[in-house]
Order: sequence, then structure tokens, then C-alpha cells
Amino acid sequence: MLPEGWKSRSSAERFALRFAAWKEGRGIPFASEEARRAYQERVQRFWDVVELRRPDRVPTSLVVGFYPAKYAGITTWEAMYDYDKLGMAWRKFNEDFPTDSLTSCLLIFPGRVAEILDVRYYRWPGHGVPEDVSYQYMEGEYMREEEYDWFIEDPTDFLLRAWLPRVVGALEGLRQLLPVTPWLEYPVAGPYLLRLSAPEVQRALESLLEAGRATLEWAQKAAAIDQESTAQLGLPSLWGGFTKAPFDALADTLRGTRGIMLDIYRRPDRLLRALERMTPLMIRMGVEGASFGSSPFIFIPLHKGADGFMSRETFARFYWPFLKAVILGLIEEGFVPWLFVEGSYNERVDFLGDPELPRGRTFWHFDQTDMRRVKEVLGGKAAFGGNVPASLLHVGTPEEVRRYVRDLIEAVAQDGGFVLLNGAVLEDARAENVRAMVEAGVEYGRYR
Amino acid sequence: MAVSTQELAEAIAQLREQEAVQAARELLEGGASPTEIFEACRQGVEVIGQQYEKGLCFLPELLLAGEILTQISRMVRERYPTEAEARPAEAKVVLGTVQGDIHDIGKNMVAFLLEANGFQVVDLGVDVPPETFVESVKREQAKVVGMSCLLTVGHQSMKRTVQALADAGVREGVRIMIGGAATNEQVRSYVGADAWGQNAADAIRLAREWLGGGGS
Repeated sequence: MLPEGWKSRSSAERFALRFAAWKEGRGIPFASEEARRAYQERVQRFWDVVELRRPDRVPTSLVVGFYPAKYAGITTWEAMYDYDKLGMAWRKFNEDFPTDSLTSCLLIFPGRVAEILDVRYYRWPGHGVPEDVSYQYMEGEYMREEEYDWFIEDPTDFLLRAWLPRVVGALEGLRQLLPVTPWLEYPVAGPYLLRLSAPEVQRALESLLEAGRATLEWAQKAAAIDQESTAQLGLPSLWGGFTKAPFDALADTLRGTRGIMLDIYRRPDRLLRALERMTPLMIRMGVEGASFGSSPFIFIPLHKGADGFMSRETFARFYWPFLKAVILGLIEEGFVPWLFVEGSYNERVDFLGDPELPRGRTFWHFDQTDMRRVKEVLGGKAAFGGNVPASLLHVGTPEEVRRYVRDLIEAVAQDGGFVLLNGAVLEDARAENVRAMVEAGVEYGRYR
Repeated sequence: MAVSTQELAEAIAQLREQEAVQAARELLEGGASPTEIFEACRQGVEVIGQQYEKGLCFLPELLLAGEILTQISRMVRERYPTEAEARPAEAKVVLGTVQGDIHDIGKNMVAFLLEANGFQVVDLGVDVPPETFVESVKREQAKVVGMSCLLTVGHQSMKRTVQALADAGVREGVRIMIGGAATNEQVRSYVGADAWGQNAADAIRLAREWLGGGGS
């Protein structure tokens, strides 16, 4: 629930209210006063970082996939199907690697629900990838080139009646639904309602009901796992919501890489129009997916605008303007976009210093971008973090990790506004290397 | 006005899709041989490949060039169904995304650029087990293997694949390159490959070094 008078608040007031509410941690059953204090200190660190101040020390977080499963000796399949084992593994990880934020188990989607729905655009352990490997997206051209006009005219109608039935097997029947408009005049809604009686539609709706029940069972257990770690260890959950860059939203699961890259040449005007239509949807996804009192950070992974994917000219025309609009839309609501720059942005890091982005209202998380260059561009403008390489954590030594962390903090963190993070999502690593990273963050990250 | 093979090559190099396809059609109708057409295509794509190496061309341009070539090859094959493109067998590269990983964008870029540079690519696809790499190297008598991964799960798979090639007694006969977002020089050393490529241009450079300039 938003506080009273929200609509008349400025974006700066909304920002401050969101951070204060996150820090307060209302409703969290802290196990001790110490846990509550630790929680609030941690939130304050992130707050300081975003507003480009120096906290007491550099906060450290880990962006984690299935590594806690591996670390605890369970398979990815077990993590997705056995919630007791999921809880054991994630609790253990949070206890053993005390960073400044919770490693949440909520991104480990439940295999049972995916089975009920017959999800076709992801493969998961036992369903297309081995039982000890992470789930992975299966790319395809799930929106066809001739469907641009439908998408542009009515994106949600297209997603509901064309795209979902294609990527989720149990929802094939939704194809037979009519547009929602007959409801506008109830006496003529008959044909719409009659479609609901078709066996395929009935099966789709029944699958949705079953998936809803199975999701509730998982969500209650997963939320309890997370809350226990937060309450006992004082670990704040780092992201309050999720959204995507409009280009990635259209590229990843709709047109596919091949499709969208060809669209840039073959139908640039339609593509631009579709990106315009996607933009408010992505703002709304971030805003409505987050609740007041949780973290103001909205996680936005950036995919297909990275170095190697497209030229600066293509980036400037098709990627950046729409991403920027989403960033500004979220900031207006008091959120802080957490932009996870996967791969590298060495060829285009200057875009991030855009003067129209307000100071101290974004966070940039880098993987393989040159951090010294980042500091030149973003220093004094926006907080950032990174970028201990996944390969170093996997095949390096603790001493190499410590040296990397020390050099990184010395080079870019001295003015504050910095979070120590791993670069790519952690799936596999040597435990002693992860420990070395977390310990080195505390050791070298103290501000005097 | 009859169109020239030069114009076809230029249309491809400048990514003018419809003009390129139309030029190829007219050339075919005017009696040009498949060899002449393919040579013009090769010249056009070579320009794209060079621009890629200079950082001027990216995924959209490579994919579009690939699309143009596919359309032209289809036209040529319809007209001359028995004609095959001859390539020297030694310029062969076995390529795949290793076991446990199904990402293929980077691997496909490498495959396209290798082919554009005259190498023959045996693309094993994604989630390729070590034994499939071994079988393919033996069957194709390939001298170069390229392994790709986006996820760290690929490190173990790459290591196992190198080991499997050694166990099968063919490791000495091949040069192995690795690439993909989860790789670097440290990973190369860990898995026991011969070289690491940061991008597709590196893969072409390595293939040229190892196979001597490519098939063209």
C-alpha cells in the first residue's frame, strides 16, 4: 500500500519514502535486536551508495543462480522440485557467505508448475537439460514477422492470444479466445463466453488454476525460506521488482535474436513502433511488480545491446532511447533501476553518462566492462558496482580473488557510490574463492 | 543492361538485400555458372567479414549477409541441383556449444564467419557431449575444434571434451580453440585448450593461422 498523498509527492520524496520503508523492515519478524540493527545498517549502506555517499564500508552482494545448490551438494533438479532441500541449501548459503544482502531462492522457479503448464520456451533439469545444470531459455522466433501490426495495435491481446499459446503448451487453447471488447456491452458478450466452453479453452483454464495452486504451495515455502534468513541474519532482499529494456523484451522471447537483428534492416519503422509500444508496458511491469516497503531497486538485466551485438549507431537508435525512457519512468515513481550490464559496454559506456538521467538515482552493475572507464563516465553521477569475474571465482585461487578485489576497490571505490559484486550470475565456483571475495570486500572496503 | 558479378558482390557488401538477390537471379538467367555466382558472394561476404573484424559490422549485418547468401544458394541449387561447392577437406572446423549449455548466438557468428572465409564448418549444434566431438573429429578428419559456452557449467564440459579427445588418441592431431562469454585465458589453461578467442574475429584469425589461410 502506497502512503497517503503519494500522487502529489515529488520523485525525490517518493525515493526517500521507499528507502525509509525498506530500511524500517516493517513486518519482518527479526530474531533479535542485533538482527534488526544489522538489517538496517545494510540497507543504509545501499542507500548511501545510490546517493553517491561513502557508507561505513563498501557493501558486498552476490548475484546468484544455482550455486547454493551446488555448494550444498544438491542437484539443480532437487532445488526446483524439493522445497525442503531448496530451503536447506539457500539457508546454508546465506549463513556461510555473509554479504550485505539476501541470496533469495525466489528465482529458482518450481519445476512442478512448469510441468503443469508444459512450458516450452525454457528447458529445465530433467526437461531438456541434465539434472545438475541450470534452467536455460530456448530461443525461437515466437512472434512472427507478420505479427508486428497485431502487437503494435494491442500488445497485451497479442501476448495473451497468440504468444502465450505458442510458448506454453497447456495454454494452447487460449488461441481460441475472442478479444476482450465484447464485455464492453454485456448483452453481446455471448460469443466470448461461449468460447470458454470449448474443450481446449477449458483445459487451458484448468491448467492455469492448477498452476496457481502449485505456485502458491511453492511461494509460501520459498518466502518462508527467504524470510527466515532475513529475520535471523538481518539480510535485506536486494531487488523489489524486475523489468526489461524494451529492445530485449522484444528480442529475447518474442522475435528472437535472428528475427530482431534482421528487422533492424528489413522493417526498422515497425520495429521502432513496437519498441514505443513496449516501453510503457516495461515501466508498468517494474512499478506494479514491486510493493511499497520492499527494496526500491528494480532489477533490469541488459542483454542484446552489449558490445559485439550491435553498432553504436544501432544502439543509439533502437536500444538506448527506449531503455532510457524506462529508467526515467521508474525514477519518477521513486524506484532505483538496477541495470545489470551483462557482457561488456566498453564501446558504449559513454551513453550511460546521459545528462538527462538524474544524479544519484540509478545503479549500474557491470560484468566485463572496464571499471576504470566506468568510473570516468559515472563518477559523481551514478552509483555502480561489479565485477569479480565468474571465471576467476570458478578456476582462480583465493589469493587471485583477493588481489582482484583489492585492486578494484582501490581503483574505483574510493569516493563511495560502489558495491562489490560478482560479474556474471554465479552458477559454479570454488567455495574458497567466493569466501575470499566476501572477506576481501570487508577487509579492503572500509572507508576511513 | 546485363548485371555483372561485380555488382552482385557490391550489393552483398553493402547489404542491399533485394538488389543482391535480383542481381543473382539475373546472372543465373543470363547463364552465369554457380562457381561465378558463389565467387561473387564470397567477395561480398569477405568485405562484411573485414568490417566485422574492424568493429564496423555486428550481428544484424552478419545475419543479413547470411540471409542473402541463403536465398542466393537456394536459387542456384534450384537451377543446378547436382552442383556442389567444392572445398578442400583440410580447411575443416568442428564447432559446437559444449554439454549442458544451449546458447548458440556466439557459436553461430563464428560458424558464419568461418564459412564466409572459405572454411568448411561442421556445426554440431548445442549441448554437445564430449563423445560427439570425438566422433566428429574422427569422421571428418578435422584439424581444428571450436568449443563455445556462455555458462560456467561449460568449463567442466570443455575439460572433459579435451580429455575425451586425448583418450581417443586424436588430441595430438587437432588444435582446439574456445570462446564464449564464460571463457578467458584462465579458462583456456584450465580446460587444456590451445587458444582462447575473445570474439568471432579471433576465431577466424586462429583458423587462418592453424589451417593456412582458409579454403579460398
